[in-house]
Amino acid sequence: MSDGGPFRHPLAALTLARFRLTIREPEMVFWIFVFPILMALALGIAFQSRGEEPMPVAVRDAPGAAPILAALARAGDLEGVVTPEGDELALLRDGRAHLVVVPGSPPTYRYDPVRPESRLTRLLVDRALAGAAGHAPAWTARTEEVATPGSRYIDWLVPGLLGMNIMGTGMWGLGFGIVMARSRKLLKRMVATPMRRSHFLASLVVSRLAFLGFEMLALLGFAGWVFGVGNEGGPAALVVVALVGALAFGGIGLLTASRARTIEGVSGIMNVVMVPMWICSGVFFAVTNFPEAAQPFIRALPLTALIDALRGVMLNGHALAGVGVELGLLAGWGVVTFTLALRVFRWQ
Amino acid sequence: MPLPATGRPALNCTGLVKRYGDLTAVDGLDLTVRRGECFGLLGPNGAGKTTTIEILEGLLAPDAGAVEVLGSRWGADDDALRRRLGIHLQETQFDERLSVAETLGLFRSFYRGGPPVADVLETLGLQAKAGTWVGQLSGGQRQRLAVGCALVGDPELLFLDEPTTGLDPQSRRQLWSVLQRFRAADGSILLTTHYMDEAQVLCDRVAIVDGGRIIAQGAPRELIASLGAAHVIEFGLPSGQDAEPDAREIAARLAALPGVRDVDRAGDRWQLGAEDLQETLPALMRFAEEAGIALVSVTTHAATLEDVFVSLTGRRLRDV
Repeated sequence: MSDGGPFRHPLAALTLARFRLTIREPEMVFWIFVFPILMALALGIAFQSRGEEPMPVAVRDAPGAAPILAALARAGDLEGVVTPEGDELALLRDGRAHLVVVPGSPPTYRYDPVRPESRLTRLLVDRALAGAAGHAPAWTARTEEVATPGSRYIDWLVPGLLGMNIMGTGMWGLGFGIVMARSRKLLKRMVATPMRRSHFLASLVVSRLAFLGFEMLALLGFAGWVFGVGNEGGPAALVVVALVGALAFGGIGLLTASRARTIEGVSGIMNVVMVPMWICSGVFFAVTNFPEAAQPFIRALPLTALIDALRGVMLNGHALAGVGVELGLLAGWGVVTFTLALRVFRWQ
Repeated sequence: MPLPATGRPALNCTGLVKRYGDLTAVDGLDLTVRRGECFGLLGPNGAGKTTTIEILEGLLAPDAGAVEVLGSRWGADDDALRRRLGIHLQETQFDERLSVAETLGLFRSFYRGGPPVADVLETLGLQAKAGTWVGQLSGGQRQRLAVGCALVGDPELLFLDEPTTGLDPQSRRQLWSVLQRFRAADGSILLTTHYMDEAQVLCDRVAIVDGGRIIAQGAPRELIASLGAAHVIEFGLPSGQDAEPDAREIAARLAALPGVRDVDRAGDRWQLGAEDLQETLPALMRFAEEAGIALVSVTTHAATLEDVFVSLTGRRLRDV
């Protein structure tokens, strides 16, 4: 019977109930386990073999196109396509060509300088055409190709996904549990028993931490198995960073859910809190892409701190001391939001 | 001299007031529930029953008045007091993905004492549903579970806020028997309801609440006896004959019939309070025949708490 053994203690009983509710909610299982794995798989495959493919180049259908095509073909890493003038911009826009060459003497390059792959293609095309025109390069550098685990996009991406998942499940897990219980008047009903309020809140956090363990194992196990993503800093440092991150987002989740009465209400607040961090905190691309003036704000965001700390441990092999600033920032977020949440929390 | 513990009331409150802005929900309410009795707060929706019971449960703070529950006041050692209470709230929705036994076990863990979950399941008649998720229960089963969650701590005093609202007659009777067993084991109960028959079956004493005040209080039988009319005769008149001043004249003549205590009229339905049906009913028939009036659908019933409420307020308890 379910009233025996160690689950007689209210904290244990509440945690067990929260655990059961989570695993019996199929959506929850999807967001916690399946979603980050699908994301890693899709992005890992999308970015894995990019570097080896020839760069697509459009050559305007005009007199003089044939020798240009021949020069591009000789270069090996470029792929020329003859294109009518009217289609050029569409090709550039869709990424089916990184550059348009208009035959002439000298030829004209059309491209968007903001796109790194276009700038790269311009250099490659220029070299190929200059060589064909008889300009020999001063020298040819030796190249050394690097594709070892630890320096690919997927290696950089996985800590970002892990941080994003810790934020998402931490906030949803706590926020939904609380607001659901409040809107069903279950919170009020529990307050009418001798249950300690701290036990209720602690049970949410404890069951979150248990799921955090499963989440990390699932995502990192998958990334290690399929892409060979490793962890330079060792499991202990990684676990500590994840724990501190989960507690920080537990506090933030608690605060966002401290007064909301409906699921719709809390969803809105959570999106306002989370969407800016999804975009700014460097999950998918480096934080340095944002202007200098925005950096201090972005660096202060908890997700930025968590992802930086995760990358510091997993990619750079930092010990905990090496990510001390980030951990301190996360702990600060956790303490402040927890304290605030307990003050404003609406039990009825 | 202090009364022995068993002689002190289970619950006592005096001068209770609760305001929400301009609305005074509870307006100077005094109440005493004796040990081992079932006390009913009776009244229409909006009478202040739920506000009152939530103040007594320590969930709401009153604007004025004193509350004493099992000899203690709220605000001193609330956890110790809560361990001795069982509380059922209106509209609690338990987690749908926990089973009945898991839900009871969870609430059981909040209390130090109390029967095993298996015993509570048996009391509720829910043994067969022990492993069923709450989401798959019927309305009656959910209500029994809600009452069960109030019973798991073996309380001395049970608060129930409209425990059978919306249930079918069979489910209501099942719940009544659960409460009667709790009573039989010396438990005290304070319940709110707007079902007269429920109060008459379950309660030793009732207080009729209207506009945040108690307008009558006593054993159901005493309150009904205070009407002075044990029976109610109800009938309709054919349309056209209930127009004033005809109606006024008919009312006067009805009141003059032997054994008629009072005459009430709601739309086209008339009600006579009568001491003795044997005396009044034939007289009513003779009057109708002499006046050439064909009475429509004549019914009689023994007077109920509903009739007490109607005679006190001129309104029905369950005005819709």
